[in-house]
Amino acid sequence: MDLKRSAAIVGIGELKPSRHPDGRPVLELLAEVARLAIADAGLEKGDVDGLLVAPPLGEHALMWPSVLAEYLQLRPGFAETVDLGGASACGMVWRAAAAIAAGLCRAAVCVTGDVLDPESFYSPRGGRPARLPAREFESPYGPMGANSGYAMIAMRHMHEFGTTARQLAKVAVDQRTNANANPDALFFDRPLTIEEVLASPLVCDPLHLYEIVMPCTGAAAVLVAAPDIARRSPHRPVWLLGAAEKVTHMSLAQAPSITTSPVAYTAPRAFQMAGVTPADVDLVSVYDCYTITVIVTLEDAGFCPKGQGGPFVEEHDLTYRGDLPLNTHGGQLSFGQAGLAGGMSHVTEAARQLQGRAGQRQVRDCQLAFVNGNGGIMSEEVSLVLGVE
Amino acid sequence: MAQEVRKPVPHPTETTRPFWQGARQGELRLQRCRACGQPFLYPRTLCPHCLSDDLEWTTASGRGRVYTYTVVRRPAHPAFGNDVPYVLAIVELEEGPRLVTNIVGVPPEEVRIGMAVEAVFEAAGEEVALVKFRPREES
Repeated sequence: MDLKRSAAIVGIGELKPSRHPDGRPVLELLAEVARLAIADAGLEKGDVDGLLVAPPLGEHALMWPSVLAEYLQLRPGFAETVDLGGASACGMVWRAAAAIAAGLCRAAVCVTGDVLDPESFYSPRGGRPARLPAREFESPYGPMGANSGYAMIAMRHMHEFGTTARQLAKVAVDQRTNANANPDALFFDRPLTIEEVLASPLVCDPLHLYEIVMPCTGAAAVLVAAPDIARRSPHRPVWLLGAAEKVTHMSLAQAPSITTSPVAYTAPRAFQMAGVTPADVDLVSVYDCYTITVIVTLEDAGFCPKGQGGPFVEEHDLTYRGDLPLNTHGGQLSFGQAGLAGGMSHVTEAARQLQGRAGQRQVRDCQLAFVNGNGGIMSEEVSLVLGVE
Repeated sequence: MAQEVRKPVPHPTETTRPFWQGARQGELRLQRCRACGQPFLYPRTLCPHCLSDDLEWTTASGRGRVYTYTVVRRPAHPAFGNDVPYVLAIVELEEGPRLVTNIVGVPPEEVRIGMAVEAVFEAAGEEVALVKFRPREES
């Protein structure tokens, strides 16, 4: 048995990202997108018997599924916290499908969200820190969160393969063009050029400010349902056709490779389960916390040979009207990264495009999408292949 | 009033203490697995390659090369505010293991991937010294 066509995404709930939290606790945002996803699927609350939650970064709590179930008075027979950083959203989709295939539930809502203030995102938080290797062997040397990790990936990638700053910038610029067609994107009304990316301040060499996600506030959820429910849903069911997961490290110094990510493991397996190849894909919706993440992901997923990601993004038009539409919502770089809801935005955008609900940025005849979730410093990867009949 | 914010320092555990004590004495120590022969960092209670707990401490050469690096221009932690720009790097030791560190004793713009470096030890209290690296002559 595999998970191909075991379940489908039938409902989407997503809040417009905001740079200015309005004081609402994250629980209220999670509840709101869960409600929206259930309604979008044409279901009643009583139909929902699965609940998956990604633990918000900005507000710490234990047992999030119980917290949210109580708030919504859901009584799930399958409840799970999925803690894979940016890969959590993709990880939730296949876990929901697996639970459905195993008969544990029939309609599962997968919920992500965060309340993050860009001003305080990097400030030290209170509480007793866990005694972990990263705190003992990295923090004393002054890493800049994920920024310095991805910067070191980019530096090594440029060294090994000759990737250029302009090629990296091209990713941000094409995605901005997409965001300019998405009224919900943080940077909807702000065009961007390669020259502007390269003129923005270096934060961690070689990464410029405009190659780095903007932390913000928001939430997103999807409803994953069993095939019989999916066939009755008001929108085209978005079938899970392939999925694979791989987790390798926390510190980049412990990574099996700095420039080849676990996507090299997950993507081929997801494609194989789906019985398709990268050449068949109509939409690429892949995690983009930084420009380099997209280039490494495209290479490792097999869209181009290893090391050729730089020339590849230069040669292809990655906009919604281009030959390889990629992150048509703007990506997190231009849509915004509301904590782990940033990873969910790649799932919701793929679902929207496959359902033909992407408005002005709709990709024509969009049948098959490759979605990738990435957590940590390219340390947790979940690849999905999604499609419509 | 501005309050002094202190840099994070390592808090050794029983398992990691020999590493930090070695550094405090000017020596880079690695654990090595007696079962599979592989050296590794960071210190653990078991070998991450074969899960054996038959381990020994060895003294490393302290020599390595810059595997990758970045120049941090905006610190995440306010205590590093006066240090920017500084070089955060991953150094690959001659013995194989990699570690996160700083490259010191050279302007950030002169750091290169592949640069030959050697360990220097920067005391951080009685019990601990941070392990940083500076350029060395090619041998």
